[in-house]
Amino acid sequence: MPTDYSFPDSAARGAHAAGEFAPEKLELNLGPSHPSTHGVLRVRLELDGEVVTKADPVVGYLHRGDEKIAENMTYNQFVPYTDRLDYLAPLANNVAYAIAVERLAKLVVPPRCQAIRVLVCELARISSHLMGLGAFAMDCGAWTVFMYTFEEREKLYRLFEELTGARFTTSYTRIGGVARDVPDGWLDRVNQFCDQFLPILDESLALLSRNRIWVDRTEGIGVISKEDAIAFGLTGPNLRGSGVPLDLRKDQPYSGYEQYSFDVPVGTRGDCYDRYLVRGEEMKQSVRIVKQAIALFPAGPWFATEAKKIFAPRKDKVLTSMEELIQNFMLVTEGPQMPPGEVYFEAENPKGALGFYIVSKGGGVPWRLKIRSPSFCNLSILPKTLVGAMLGDVVSILGSFDFVMGECDR
Amino acid sequence: MTPAAPALAAALGAQFPSLAARPSLDLPAFNIPAAEVIALLRHLRDTHGFDLLVDLTAIDWAAGAAPRFTVVYHLFATARSEYVRVAADCTSDDEPAMPTATGLWPGADWHERECFDLMGIRFPGHPDLRRILMWDGYPYHPLRKDFPLAGRATELPDEEVAAATGTKVIAAPMAGGPFVAHPDGTVSRSEPRALDQSWNEQKEKPAG
Repeated sequence: MPTDYSFPDSAARGAHAAGEFAPEKLELNLGPSHPSTHGVLRVRLELDGEVVTKADPVVGYLHRGDEKIAENMTYNQFVPYTDRLDYLAPLANNVAYAIAVERLAKLVVPPRCQAIRVLVCELARISSHLMGLGAFAMDCGAWTVFMYTFEEREKLYRLFEELTGARFTTSYTRIGGVARDVPDGWLDRVNQFCDQFLPILDESLALLSRNRIWVDRTEGIGVISKEDAIAFGLTGPNLRGSGVPLDLRKDQPYSGYEQYSFDVPVGTRGDCYDRYLVRGEEMKQSVRIVKQAIALFPAGPWFATEAKKIFAPRKDKVLTSMEELIQNFMLVTEGPQMPPGEVYFEAENPKGALGFYIVSKGGGVPWRLKIRSPSFCNLSILPKTLVGAMLGDVVSILGSFDFVMGECDR
Repeated sequence: MTPAAPALAAALGAQFPSLAARPSLDLPAFNIPAAEVIALLRHLRDTHGFDLLVDLTAIDWAAGAAPRFTVVYHLFATARSEYVRVAADCTSDDEPAMPTATGLWPGADWHERECFDLMGIRFPGHPDLRRILMWDGYPYHPLRKDFPLAGRATELPDEEVAAATGTKVIAAPMAGGPFVAHPDGTVSRSEPRALDQSWNEQKEKPAG
């Protein structure tokens, strides 16, 4: 039946067309500049009243071509770019990338280096979850939690600054080691942070866990079944929130994670509330790992001393000894030398499994470097999860996913 | 290769005669002709428990290489905690294509869109093969080896925006320096450096 456009009012037109109050779909753009989309995610929503009938996430607003860039520079030069993937946990990205390249070189770093890496990974996880939790709560109207978590995150950033020289873009790892050893007294300060952090975390979670408004806005919202979570390739807290006990730190231990005892929290229903609970508990488990790592902190070198073609020599040696000078020159101009071959390594990052697939033809530059970003895979389930949700719940669901667009768009 | 790999290779070899081991530094890896890749993936998922499609990507072996494009799948078995890598060469170099895996994993949807967007590989049977990271209507596939790192000038996608801003073209992101890498040549030549040597810290950049 041809539509009659003579009615000026769209609602009246719809009613006329069906002879009744026929539903009319409304298209709504959420983002790319919207506080609840945490960056530049844009979701095209089709609404029937307040119910979402179709959702089409539009990503790519932050695409910088990191994979193309990686093919054009040496392995160590790419480390700063990994900061900009999940920029809420740059240390964890640095570590994941360094381990991937070390797998390619079949290089094993000394225990002290592994312990440092575990330590920074877990601190990065705490900092990322604090941000995710605070922003999620704020999206649902709970301002106070954000203030608590941001203060704790600030304390962590001071520790990061002391360790790496930067608060945000840490670029801490090198292939075969880390940029520098831990400063004197730093481990004690991390310990002190952990001691004061646990009560504050409990207090922050207590503001939410049995809060009527919070429970109403998250319980039973955005339910993802176990099967769907696996079929869409979800990883990290979003997968565990759906009840799949997959944690690469346990299942594919790297960097000495097998030495530490910790639990993997899983959800039962896969709703927003479960994902919130999983993140809260993961922070406590991270504190456990940090405490153990400090207690067991091994002595010895903090970089692979034997890997002379991969890890840069000490600066004092470079300026005084011919051999080290040549080594340093070759490393800077040609890059760390890798054998030909291909590896895939993924690490359990705060947002999920961050993977690097590296194809090498030998030499100092990768032929192809693919970044498997957890946020990208996690967001791909949105067209399914958002359908049927109320418009207000979309904000809850996006908050509970805890994604980062820098990583999604690469 | 992991200890489980020979058993897996034997079990798969009986089912898929054209399967071949693929050189790999870490995971068990297999090459398979493009026509059989979906059957193999389904077999791996249903019989061997590789239920999580971790990653789907493609490699460009540069223009002139035969075959030029390889699509690579990484699967993970959540119950056993094992990985496997499956690779399939695209038969055509000019119109590379690979059957879609969206029927097996809905999560393959975005991965294949990304592959199409950046590498220009088509996935026949994909329900909605649009660009995902670059904008609709973008003419190039930037992750191909013949696409320069400096980028290429493209037309603005929206005519209204073009009219309002008075410009029709998005310049190549890094064209004109100071940091432009050579897409080919030795490592030291492909280091980012000033391509346009007519200006530097001492000399002013010429106007226009």
